[in-house]
Amino acid sequence: MADIKNVFDISGRAMAAQLVRLNTIASNLANAGNLASTPDEAYRSLKPVFETKYADEVRKNGVATAQAVDIVESNRLPEKLYMPDHPSAGKDGFVYSAAVNIEEEYVEMMEASRQYQNNVEVITTLRTLMMRTISMGK
Amino acid sequence: MKSIGEHLSFHASALQLRSRRNDILASNIANAATPKFKARDLDYEKQIRQVEGSGPLKATDSKHFKIAVKNPHQTLFYRQPINPSLDGNTVELSVEQLEFSENSVRYQTSLEFLNKRIAGLMSAIKGE
Repeated sequence: MADIKNVFDISGRAMAAQLVRLNTIASNLANAGNLASTPDEAYRSLKPVFETKYADEVRKNGVATAQAVDIVESNRLPEKLYMPDHPSAGKDGFVYSAAVNIEEEYVEMMEASRQYQNNVEVITTLRTLMMRTISMGK
Repeated sequence: MKSIGEHLSFHASALQLRSRRNDILASNIANAATPKFKARDLDYEKQIRQVEGSGPLKATDSKHFKIAVKNPHQTLFYRQPINPSLDGNTVELSVEQLEFSENSVRYQTSLEFLNKRIAGLMSAIKGE
């Protein structure tokens, strides 16, 4: 990864991380309610893993950004439903619904979009300040 | 040349510090969702008093800043969270947003002071 030099690196990469988070939420919501024949086939919600990336190894200057280093499946278990008429039901008549909690995903979606907006705001403000600094003395 | 430098240096140092602090606050906001991240900040008052005092001006009041010429070297402190969170993250968005907006306003103030000083010098040079 390239160095973290200025606010465009800090907030830009954090926005990328939040976008990964929003993408996983979109996948989870798209798959909510899907039914599968076995627990292994059932969809499990995806969660990004965020990590702090410091600009320097000794962490002295306090400049850091966030990065989504991994995406893991949550350990929530699929719900077992008795639906013998369902085409994908097994011999015993059970289907397994996707392990996605819609409310949880909605809350996370709101939080992710708020934090994305905050980063946009930071970039906008600092860009304005930079432009004013460039035209100093005119 | 030296005196022009000194004429501008205090606000230049202030601008540098404000810009550094903006970067640190931006880092805090960027890491609002990272577990175990500890928010940090720069004590502006303390830092600016470290860089002041080497110029020609004498202050008549402890609240006045003397002129600065040295480069600031900053040490950071960790923010004490008002409401600690379960994941060990100490970023509180309301606090960070407030500090960030205050800091950017103060940056603009320092910039304005610099602009006025430069304008003053320019009018002195032109003799208008």
